[in-house]
Amino acid sequence: MADALTLTATTPCYGLLPKTIGTCVLTETDLGALTSVAPYKQGAAGALKDAHGMDFPAPNRTTGKQGARAIWFGRDMALLAGPAPDAALAEHAALTDQTDAWACVTLSGDDAAAVLARLVPVDLSLAKFKRGHTARTQLGHLNASITRTGVDSFLILAFRSMAATLVHDLVTAMESLAARR
Amino acid sequence: MRLPCPICGDRDRREFYYQGAAVALSRPAPDADAAAWEDYVHLRENQPGDLDELWSHDAGCGAWLVVTRNTVTHAVSGAKLASEATR
Repeated sequence: MADALTLTATTPCYGLLPKTIGTCVLTETDLGALTSVAPYKQGAAGALKDAHGMDFPAPNRTTGKQGARAIWFGRDMALLAGPAPDAALAEHAALTDQTDAWACVTLSGDDAAAVLARLVPVDLSLAKFKRGHTARTQLGHLNASITRTGVDSFLILAFRSMAATLVHDLVTAMESLAARR
Repeated sequence: MRLPCPICGDRDRREFYYQGAAVALSRPAPDADAAAWEDYVHLRENQPGDLDELWSHDAGCGAWLVVTRNTVTHAVSGAKLASEATR
């Protein structure tokens, strides 16, 4: 039995999610360990391939699959999401544990792209932004990482300190879109 | 207004932070004479027309860019990474 001294970790969006509004569902996503991988010079791409079986992502792209992804995360940087980084990677890239630094949510549903169109200054339509495409951009006024994980689902990462704002902005957009259906 | 980031592609202006004319790319040597430093710190041409400017893509890839923008028409005619512009 838990006593008064037992502390239980809460997730960034604890108490805020899930939300189902209109055709869309917003849920919190546990990606596992998050590690930024910033290559020193050559060799990092090969080390990532050897250690985790995925290529180093080109700008605006992801590699790997659900549970073990490499998400392009900025200039000369990728975010390894899922497995703990292999020790061999540390020879070729600066590794930083960012597991607790990001609020990770998934927005899915028929209107998911339309909801994001209200908040994001990037064309996220299926024709331009396909599965596996990613963007570092803004969501409202938050800096965010947005990845299409399916025909009607998006993985969204924002700073953990902004989790409540992230949920508020998304829920407001979901509600105003649903009200017009 | 959209800026052509060499890494991310065309992106909305609100993703960028504006610093101003790309003066910092032609910084004098530390031992340059006072006239060169006065020119660097204080004197500007401020001519209408094409101007090289520094923009940071801080809501995107994070790179500093040299963007060529016409100060009369606001037409953007190109952008390159500041790290490559200084080489």
